[in-house]
Amino acid sequence: MILAKVVGNIVATQKNQRYENARVMLCQQITPEGEELAYTVLALDAVDAGIGDTVLIVQEGWSASTVATGKAGAAIDSAIVGVVDYVDLLK
Amino acid sequence: MQLARVIGTVVATMKNESLEGRTLLLIQTLNKDLAPAGKPLVAVDSVGAGVGELVFWCRGKEASFPFKREDTPTDCTIIGIVDSDAHVNQRTSRTS
Repeated sequence: MILAKVVGNIVATQKNQRYENARVMLCQQITPEGEELAYTVLALDAVDAGIGDTVLIVQEGWSASTVATGKAGAAIDSAIVGVVDYVDLLK
Repeated sequence: MQLARVIGTVVATMKNESLEGRTLLLIQTLNKDLAPAGKPLVAVDSVGAGVGELVFWCRGKEASFPFKREDTPTDCTIIGIVDSDAHVNQRTSRTS
């Protein structure tokens, strides 16, 4: 899983049918310290995350599809599976 | 999944038979500000996208799931068309 910050969402009328009623969130990968990295990724929201939240994104298809749509086998490679309260780092 | 812009088409006469009839499109992955990020990729289209459109694509084994023949050999499939550039919403954060 990767740490990311939710920076927005997208609207797509024409999309794969397994994406019906899904919230597609625009996320920016961050370091544990909170610095933004270059990788921008779209993830389906499975935990009601909001813009500005630090989240956990799973990038494995079976898990992402199951958690986001309740069924495996959808064309989904990333899903938000948790909202991070804080990251405790050894100084 | 990542955002991308369709920047061209790819024509291949000799290809795996399960790719027959499929549209191959050249896409450029974008970052959150819709600026190019990384190298262009060849994607199989599953939604009827065209050149110039803003799309999102799926990577990995899951990329073959939109097709009836799940053995379609692809690791990059366009699975949605973003309504317009203005439909990529970046609102101000609720935590800062």
